[in-house]
Amino acid sequence: MNLQSNDFELFGLTKQFAQDRAALDARWKDLQREAHPDKFAAQGAAAQRVAMQWSVRINEAYQRLKDPLKRAAYLCELGGAPINAHSNTAMPPAFLMQQMEWRESVEDAHGVHALEQLRKQVDAVQTDLMQQCAALLDGAHDYSGAVHPVRALLFIEKFTLDLDHAFEKFD
Amino acid sequence: MALLQISEPGQTPNPHERRIAVGIDLGTTHSLVASVRNGVAECLPDAQGRVILPSVVRYLAGGGREIGYPAQLALASDPENTIASAKRFMGRSLADVQGMDKLPYRFADHAGMLGIQTVQGEKSPVEVSADILATLRYRAEDTFNADLYGAVITVPAYFDDAQRQATKDAAKLAGLNVLRLINEPTAAAIAYGLDNASEGVYAIYDLGGGTFDISILRLTQGVFEVVATGGDSALGGDDYDHALVDWVVAQTGVQVSHASDKAALKVAARACKEALSATNTIAFHADLTGATVHFDVECAQFEAATAHLTARTITAARRALRDARLSVQDVQGVVMVGGSTRMPQVQAAVAAFFGQAPLNNLNPDEVVALGASIQANQLSGNNVAGDLLLLDVIPLSLGVETMGGLVERIVPRNQTIPTAMAQDFTTYKDGQTALALHVVQGERDLVADCRSLARFELRGIPPMVAGAARIRVTFTVDADGLLNVSAHEQVSGVQTQINVKPSYGLGDDQIAQMLKDSFSTAEQDMRARALVEARVDADRLLLATQSALNADGDLLQASERAEIDAAMAVLKVAISSDDAAYLDAQCKVLANATEAFAAQRMNRGIATALSGKNINAI
Repeated sequence: MNLQSNDFELFGLTKQFAQDRAALDARWKDLQREAHPDKFAAQGAAAQRVAMQWSVRINEAYQRLKDPLKRAAYLCELGGAPINAHSNTAMPPAFLMQQMEWRESVEDAHGVHALEQLRKQVDAVQTDLMQQCAALLDGAHDYSGAVHPVRALLFIEKFTLDLDHAFEKFD
Repeated sequence: MALLQISEPGQTPNPHERRIAVGIDLGTTHSLVASVRNGVAECLPDAQGRVILPSVVRYLAGGGREIGYPAQLALASDPENTIASAKRFMGRSLADVQGMDKLPYRFADHAGMLGIQTVQGEKSPVEVSADILATLRYRAEDTFNADLYGAVITVPAYFDDAQRQATKDAAKLAGLNVLRLINEPTAAAIAYGLDNASEGVYAIYDLGGGTFDISILRLTQGVFEVVATGGDSALGGDDYDHALVDWVVAQTGVQVSHASDKAALKVAARACKEALSATNTIAFHADLTGATVHFDVECAQFEAATAHLTARTITAARRALRDARLSVQDVQGVVMVGGSTRMPQVQAAVAAFFGQAPLNNLNPDEVVALGASIQANQLSGNNVAGDLLLLDVIPLSLGVETMGGLVERIVPRNQTIPTAMAQDFTTYKDGQTALALHVVQGERDLVADCRSLARFELRGIPPMVAGAARIRVTFTVDADGLLNVSAHEQVSGVQTQINVKPSYGLGDDQIAQMLKDSFSTAEQDMRARALVEARVDADRLLLATQSALNADGDLLQASERAEIDAAMAVLKVAISSDDAAYLDAQCKVLANATEAFAAQRMNRGIATALSGKNINAI
């Protein structure tokens, strides 16, 4: 166990997509109880520095493990199939068409009800893609195959943020 | 007393030297100091038995100053030299402060933080806050007849990096050892959570004199997790006063010309507001230079004149819940903090929005200081058995300016801290050796709408073709929410030079100058003070090292152990020397000698935390 261990090793979890959120949270708190700088507040600069490094590392791993999409992307990367979200944005035309339709629906929405309908639709697509991820990662161990649904989910995540903003208009 | 205290071995590093640690609520309108005595958190009163210290400092023409109640009395008569609500100006420039025209001060604009002209020259809000903190420090030291080990100071959850840094600077000026800055709502949760041992999702509604915070916290197994924070760092009881002044001025048509008139109206408004918490009608009375205002105000009228302010707090509460992905039904309790929550219309609005009566069984003025003192007691190592872990989030996103004045977010808000995030940058010209970075904080997409934190210039990049360099910039946010930036070029491995030009705050030289000027040191010999502090630090380090050796000494090779023992022996002798610089140097030697040991201890701790818990691996 050291600062270079991967997130799963650090948290003592099996390297797989399926994770129990409650167990993950409990583990995170156990680790922070051990490593948080507050525990070393009275112990001098050297101990503080080490605590800071570990505490940061534990939080980094936790952010990645608790979010199913980040976790899936991380598994692809560990499996030798990095997502490269920034440099590689090519998506199938059908998917892009759907994205454009959704964005138009947001602009045309006249009330919270229309936005809620849209959110239901988006949630269903998201759930379906997430299940594809789980099957590819944990069942088939097909990491390069999982790259496609992960990237689609990244697009959708960005869209749901914009959808949240749209709700604020009607506050 | 010490003779009667029986401590289990290992309970405190040194049972006869219980460390005095306090919690300080540095508030906009008033401040308090609290400490845990005999296991009970309580606010410390002044010689007259008052726990509240009005956050008001008056600078006198003949030198010297009045702090607290005497200064508050002069708000109307000497408004220009009597600084109230200095917290609103912490880490702010003139352009940031709303409602400037209603304030009686003569402001001086500076790029980083504004200043206020007084008879004693220009004062920074940091100096004003330091005067308040030093007063509370002396109160605590008089109470215990001992030096303070350290303090936990609270800040609004919404405070950005500049405001947090300014608060730390003020503590430094006041000669306080800051154990931690914590968010005010979190401190309130500590006070309530431990007293009532209640678990679940809570909303902390904190309407103070100058700030409004709403925090959504989850309390489980003694762990306080901040799920989301929101609010408005420029909305509070002062705004209710101003709104009432505006309403009365509009109703009566009275002319306000002098600075003293503004202050007199404000004092009258505050008295009127406080009275309306208990009665239905009260006279608004103020004597101005040209006229007398005497006007009956009814509860319902006050409520109507301030309804837009109450509505803003509810909108922020709704937004925080959405950030936390929770609904009103998920909230099991609402904790009321801050004197302004005594207003009946606020209690009613909160009850209506959350669909339940808010919790208010602790004094809303004292809650924050009490919680901070519990945390201070823990951090000073007095309560080794306690298991209070405080996990906090960064309140506002951090990002950098990209092309076209847009913000690229690097650390998103509500991320648990401490945290570190890295971002790679590259060069856009052949042979480029420097890169300018502009760090901002805020949620908006345009740089112009965010707060500028710092401008960095990365120098010494080895000349390469455009786009070949990979400069990794790492943003580290510590447990106090303060930002540090480092950078290095990945391809060549060259550590790039960073020239930090903070857009806010005070330089080290400015702080040193203020330290010289400040009354917290003027009455003492600077050198004697430095020596005392160096001795305290050395003592602290020796105690910590000894307890680490007792616990995990078996991890060390004989040669490593010998090196640490030798450094400790030298330091023990050095403590009796009168040379602060030598003492500091020996502390550094010991700290360096224990660096690897600290890392090994952490590895063991983490391994212990995980042992027998690999549920998935079975």
